[in-house]
Amino acid sequence: MQALTDRAVPVDRRPLNFWEKMYLPGIFRGMAITLKHIFRKKATINYPEEKRAFSPVFRGLQILNRDEEGRERCTACGLCAVACPAEAITMEAAERKPGEEHLYREEKYAAKYEINMLRCIFCGFCEEACPKDAIYLTETFAPSSFEREHFIYGKEDLLIPLPGEETKNPQA
Amino acid sequence: MTEKHIQLRQDSLQKETTTLNLGPTHPVTHGVFQNILEMDGERVVGATSTVGYIHRAFEKLAERRPFYQITPLTDRMNYCSSPINNIGWHLTIEKLLGLRVPKRVDYMRVIIMELARISDHLICNSVVGVDSGAYSGFLYLMQYRELIYEIYEEICGSRLTTNIGRIGGFERNFNDKVFSKLDKFLAEYPGVLAEFERLFNRNRIFMERTIGAGPISAERALNYSFTGPNLRAAGVDYDVRVSQPYSSYEEFDLKIPVGKTGDCYDRFLVRNQEMWESMSLIRQALQKMEKEPADIFHADAPAYYLAPKQDVYTKMEALIYHFKIIMGEIDAPVGEVYQAVEGANGELGFYLISDGGRTPYRLHFRRPCFIYYQAYPELVHNALLSDAVICLSSLNLIAGELDA
Repeated sequence: MQALTDRAVPVDRRPLNFWEKMYLPGIFRGMAITLKHIFRKKATINYPEEKRAFSPVFRGLQILNRDEEGRERCTACGLCAVACPAEAITMEAAERKPGEEHLYREEKYAAKYEINMLRCIFCGFCEEACPKDAIYLTETFAPSSFEREHFIYGKEDLLIPLPGEETKNPQA
Repeated sequence: MTEKHIQLRQDSLQKETTTLNLGPTHPVTHGVFQNILEMDGERVVGATSTVGYIHRAFEKLAERRPFYQITPLTDRMNYCSSPINNIGWHLTIEKLLGLRVPKRVDYMRVIIMELARISDHLICNSVVGVDSGAYSGFLYLMQYRELIYEIYEEICGSRLTTNIGRIGGFERNFNDKVFSKLDKFLAEYPGVLAEFERLFNRNRIFMERTIGAGPISAERALNYSFTGPNLRAAGVDYDVRVSQPYSSYEEFDLKIPVGKTGDCYDRFLVRNQEMWESMSLIRQALQKMEKEPADIFHADAPAYYLAPKQDVYTKMEALIYHFKIIMGEIDAPVGEVYQAVEGANGELGFYLISDGGRTPYRLHFRRPCFIYYQAYPELVHNALLSDAVICLSSLNLIAGELDA
């Protein structure tokens, strides 16, 4: 083969010399390295008891946000559903009635909002698409359940609870 | 068949050879692919490789997705180095749109891609060790993949299926934590890699196990259209980063390690050497980045790159572009582009035909693994079963990339 570039560097493939041919040096060198590692600090953590810190931008399960007065921010515009490459988000819009101003921020809100967590690929496009700061990806990850239906998260699982309200745990 | 065997009828129960299923769920295949081996004792006399166990029709799916939504699909091809796939796809779109990205974005991309290459080679080489019976090297190296994944996590928020970068740049700038983690990695990894090389490179057991296992000549490798480390191990100094530079690779000082015989030992050495090269590339990129303005992390292209959220809430233009981009109403020109990047496994190509619509008219991923797998029966012909296993892992076959 002619060379395509002048940057090629052949790898070191010389045959074993006499010293290396005796198995023992290789074995002892390996043993020494392994022994050295016994006295090193553990690289693992005991997961459920200890947890490592995530980066602030970690992409975990979604939540639906409220504004500073506790009203739902989502207006059911559907941009998150359009942006979702896994087609995991569905929603139904409804119109705000007089007297519901303390519940919903805008005149339109999501009557139904579902994310199928089994379809979700946690790409973060919904958060990026949202023009109302309503959907966020949190640091929660690895939900578990015995039933597939439990992974279709509705509004009651996704909305962050109002202060004073009991936290609903979707995994329970 | 050799003469020493007793001749039996073809339909006899005591056939001369044994059929052995290596895969699809065998622990040594490291992924779902099947090899039907014809075994004569311990010797492989024939192999039939089957593909399609993890086929997810990405190329067809991509025909119904806006351009930006195809990035998460590319994550799931070679999942050991998904940032290279992501950035390769962004480069393809930028080539189609004729978008120029600032130099600093190029250097950021180089850093991320080289980190991904290190993490991929690290897994491949340590797994070659595992398959040849040396587990400890794998344990020691794997801790340092964690450092790479933490860097990804700081930038994009995810570790394995990264979905990193956007068309025109990155989703957020590198923060101080990224730089400190990069410095930590660059400071600690050389020592670990040197230790790994001390364990393996001149170890007689490892050398006798890998030298001569699964060799391929340069000519045969080219006929199969091998690329990447597997072709370089056969002695051809072909590297996309040098022959068709992208993302400002032409400015970097890069050496191409080449082997001679294309056997497992050569592939191992080439990959190890490439990790050293990648580290030097990251250092060069960090140096070059210092000269660029530190607040640039995307191209100035409001029609393709999302405006910051604050502008979307307050400015009309930004809001319109935000909706247009998210809904995929991108004015892609009619055209055909091919963009290749040097993936961790070889030339990862994206062949895109656009008919001017919102989605690709047709998209083909040139996946190097698929090509290597075609050569597998030839590589393991007349080899021992244990050599066939090492050969599988040292070709770095990754099921997600094999089937797309």
